[in-house]
Amino acid sequence: MFELAFPPAFILIVGALLIALARPGMRPVIVLLAPIATVLAIWQLPDGVLMTAPFLGYQIELVEASGLRRLFGTIFALMALVGGLFGLKQAKWYELAAGYAYAAGAIGVSFAGDLITLFLFWEFMAIFSTVVVWCGATAAAKRAGIRYALMHLVGGIILKIGIEGTMVHTGSIEIEALALTSFDSWMVLIGVLINAAAPPFCAWLADAYPEGSPFGTVFLSAFTTKTSVLALMLLFPGESVLIWVGMYMVFYGIIWALLENDIRRILAYSIVNQVGFMVVGVGIGTEMALNGVAAHAFAHIIYKGLLLMSAGAVIYQTGLRKCTDLGGLYQSMPITAACGIIGALAISSFPFTSGFISKSLISQSAADAHLVWVWYGLTAASAGVFLHAGIKFPWYVFFQKDSGLRPKDPPWNMRAAMILFAAVCIILGCFPQLLYQYLPYTVDYEPYTAAHLVTQFQLLLFSGLAFFVMLPMMKRTLTVSLDYDWFYRVMMIRVARVLMAVWNQFVDLVADVWGKTGGPVAERMRSLHNPGGLLAQTWPTGSMTVWVVVILVAVVVMAQR
Amino acid sequence: MRKPDVPIAHLPDDPELRAWLYRPSSIRKLWIGAGVVLALTVIAQFGVHVHEHFIIDGWYGFSAIYGFISCVAMVLFAKVLGYMLKRPEDYYDQIRIADAAEDDDV
Repeated sequence: MFELAFPPAFILIVGALLIALARPGMRPVIVLLAPIATVLAIWQLPDGVLMTAPFLGYQIELVEASGLRRLFGTIFALMALVGGLFGLKQAKWYELAAGYAYAAGAIGVSFAGDLITLFLFWEFMAIFSTVVVWCGATAAAKRAGIRYALMHLVGGIILKIGIEGTMVHTGSIEIEALALTSFDSWMVLIGVLINAAAPPFCAWLADAYPEGSPFGTVFLSAFTTKTSVLALMLLFPGESVLIWVGMYMVFYGIIWALLENDIRRILAYSIVNQVGFMVVGVGIGTEMALNGVAAHAFAHIIYKGLLLMSAGAVIYQTGLRKCTDLGGLYQSMPITAACGIIGALAISSFPFTSGFISKSLISQSAADAHLVWVWYGLTAASAGVFLHAGIKFPWYVFFQKDSGLRPKDPPWNMRAAMILFAAVCIILGCFPQLLYQYLPYTVDYEPYTAAHLVTQFQLLLFSGLAFFVMLPMMKRTLTVSLDYDWFYRVMMIRVARVLMAVWNQFVDLVADVWGKTGGPVAERMRSLHNPGGLLAQTWPTGSMTVWVVVILVAVVVMAQR
Repeated sequence: MRKPDVPIAHLPDDPELRAWLYRPSSIRKLWIGAGVVLALTVIAQFGVHVHEHFIIDGWYGFSAIYGFISCVAMVLFAKVLGYMLKRPEDYYDQIRIADAAEDDDV
């Protein structure tokens, strides 16, 4: 048996530590080498369980490899590499270190062979992603980070309840398909879905991610939700409840993104939208659907990273993050604009981009499974993606009105990171076999048929027409939109205040009643029992002798009768 | 906050002297060009057989109409929802400040 010395995730953890310890001049070298070493290590892994260890009386499987796990591990490491390149000189060293530790957690989950290992790396991600949010270094980022951490700790506890229940009731800690027939498996599902930003726990994503730094948000976009998608694929393939959860996420993402004015929050909502497509795919659960989910997660990490890098470049160069402040930037930031547009086309699954070859698999699997309403819903949602991300994002940032701002393109490493991912979007779109060959099942699907191209162009271009026809109705406003986070940011606090007020009233009432009735009684008791009180005095031995004599006399008298 | 070193261009008052994309004359040309492309995507369907999955999606021009209508519907729905859900940007800050003030009173 192939014996592994250490899990591939440890390479990035060591990398993160070295980033913290190294001289500043050495940091860029470590930032670039650690993910490359991780990718190389991942590609060496044969299938099967490769590393076990005893832990709390269980034999845990620290590393288990398969084609699907390698695919996710690879894209996580690639994302760390390009995210690292993007922030090579500009991001703070502790932000890069935290980002790499976060990525290491995601890779650890990808290769976790059992539920305990999965949980350990799951929490590892929660900790370091919170640090990345805090690296936004504003008061808003600090508060958003605390809310983010609380949400993920609650999710972690729910997941742990489910995992422990499964361990106790089945005796197995294997990662395998769990039937939704017990409380335990529902808890596992809910714990995993919280990380996928499923309703009603979807607000944390758009609340926290946009508060990261221009570099941190790029890291944040990739790992948490996609490890969750992988966990769903491994634990709950074909659970039909996921179809409806995913459908909700798809439309929720579109509608809230349409309402939004913050450019990175638009993209954050669109992460929920895209993860929704993947969750639907897991719910359909056929081989083609699961292929589609894996391909879409891979493609999505790249184009969403690209979109957030172009948004980050704009924010880094201008300090502005609202649609209402931006516009016309294509004139002075041509590379950022071009890369942003390529990312926007890819997310809209425009033909000849990576999104086209991945999302088609999910839609086709819905059609093959005769899920009529799912297919119509996904098709409408595909149009909606072009509306809210494909056009809205580049339009308001790079075109719309001319804001007069003329910032330059960002430094070379940020440009290089964007160009790299933009190229991958197009290469994967033009040569789908590059991705299809690594999917978990054999792909028997040709995305480039004349009919598919014609219908896709019609769908997208007429959505574009709808955007410009409806443009007057979409005038950006200086607003935020209420979301589920209102419940814990406002309502729960108000309820807590009311409860506290009721409690205070109750305490006052008790004191009042006590003062009127209990008080005098207590006063009497006090006068008797307190030091110096009648019953608390020390009595002379003589008085005891007197009483003993009295009792003796009484006993003698009674005995005489 | 805008970074202080962002260059700002002076925009001419006459719209026809601005960047090509912002001139009314070029916007007209762009609409005509877009109309031609849209028409072409529909006309192109003459040459291909679209295999329908479920009855109406095989109809001629279905994708164009469906894409347009669903987008209009989503924009309208978002608009209506916006009336209920939109709040001023400092909504949460104001609530925090109000709560803090109340705590001080107590």
